[in-house]
Amino acid sequence: MAQDPIKQFEINTIVPIENVAGLDLSFTNSSLFMVATVATASAFLYFGSANRGLVPGRLQSMTEMSYEFVASMLRDAAGSEGMRFFPLVFSLFMFVLFANLFGMFPYFFTVTSHIVVTFALAMLVIGTVIVYGFWKHGLKFLGLFVPEGVPGYLVPLVVAIEVISFLSRPISLSVRLFANMLAGHITLKVFAGFVVSLSAFGAVGVLGAVLPMIMVVAITALEFLVSFLQAYVFAILTCIYLNDALHPSH
Amino acid sequence: MAASKPPGTPDGKDGNGHAANSSHDAGLEQRRRALDEALAERRVADPAAEPERQKGAGSGFGKALKLSSEFVAGILVGAGLGYLLDTFAGTSPWGMIVFLMLGFAAGILNMLRAAGVVAEPAGRAPDRKAPPGGAGSDETEDRDGRH
Repeated sequence: MAQDPIKQFEINTIVPIENVAGLDLSFTNSSLFMVATVATASAFLYFGSANRGLVPGRLQSMTEMSYEFVASMLRDAAGSEGMRFFPLVFSLFMFVLFANLFGMFPYFFTVTSHIVVTFALAMLVIGTVIVYGFWKHGLKFLGLFVPEGVPGYLVPLVVAIEVISFLSRPISLSVRLFANMLAGHITLKVFAGFVVSLSAFGAVGVLGAVLPMIMVVAITALEFLVSFLQAYVFAILTCIYLNDALHPSH
Repeated sequence: MAASKPPGTPDGKDGNGHAANSSHDAGLEQRRRALDEALAERRVADPAAEPERQKGAGSGFGKALKLSSEFVAGILVGAGLGYLLDTFAGTSPWGMIVFLMLGFAAGILNMLRAAGVVAEPAGRAPDRKAPPGGAGSDETEDRDGRH
C-alpha cells in the first residue's frame, strides 16, 4: 500500500467547512500547501527586498534575478505595453514555481498536480486576454481569428478552426503543467518502489536495486529542471497570449 | 572623547565621500554603461545557446507531453462545442460530428504550430515583431525550443 503511486495525490480534509451555500469549502491539504506556497513566495520576496542594498546580498540578488527574468520575458513577448500585466505574470510564475518546487520535498503535496488548480490558473489568463482584448480593441479583437490571405470561401472554415484553436489554449496550458507534474511524481514513486521491492529479494536483489536507485537520483534532478521549466513555459505562454490581447492583427 | 569623535568622523568621511563621489560618479556611470552593453550582447547570444543545453535532458518526454496536450486540447474543445450545440439546438448527431472534425483540424494546427512546422498566422507574426523592435522572432524560437 505504501507503494501506491497515486496515493500522494489524495486530497484530505483538514478543517471541514461543509455546505456553505451548497459548496464544500473544506480546508484540505491542497489548500494548506497553497497557503504555504504563497507564504513562502511572499516571504522570499519580502526578505529579499527588505535590505535594499546597493550591492545585493545572496537573497536580494535572487529576488532581483527573478524580477529581471520575468520582466525581460514579458517585455520580449508583449512589448513595453505588456508591462502593465507584470503583476499578473510575476504572481503566476512565482506561484507555479514555488508550488512545483514544494512538490519536490518528500511527503509534500504537489498543488499543481491537480488539473483543477492549473485549469483555474489558465482560465484566469485566458479570461484576462479576452476581457482586456475586447475592452481595448472592441470588435477588432475578433480580427485575431481571421488570418490574412485566405480565399473568401474558406474564411468560415478557417475562422471556426482558429476559434477552436484559441479556445483550446487554456486546456493545453493547464494539461501541460498538470501532466508534467503528475507524470514526473508518479515516475519517481514507481522507480523508488522498484528499489524497495527488489531489495526484498536478498543479495541479488539489492545488487539489482542499484539500477533503479540511480534512475531515481537522475529523475529527481530532472524533476527539478521540469519544475522550473514548466513554471517558465506557463509564464511565457501567458506572455504570448497577453500579446494577442494587446496587439491583435489590425 | 568617545562622544565627540563620532560626530566628527562621519562628517569628515561624508565630506570626503561627496568630493570623491562627484568625480567618481562619472567613471562609475561609464563603467556601468559599458557593463550593460556587454551584458546585452551576452543576452542576445543566450537564447540560441539555451535550447541546445536542454535538448539533452529528457526533452523528448517534454516534447511528447507538449504536443499531445495541444492535440488533445483541440479535440476536447471541438467535442465540447459540438455537445453544447447539440443539447441547445437539438441537432443531435450533427453538431458533434462537424465540431469533432473541426476540433481535430484545430488540434493538428495547434500541434504543427507548437512544433514550429506551421508559422503563426501572417496577420499576427509581423505584429509581434513590431513593438519591441524585433524581439518577436526570438520569442517563437523560445517557444519551440523548449517544451
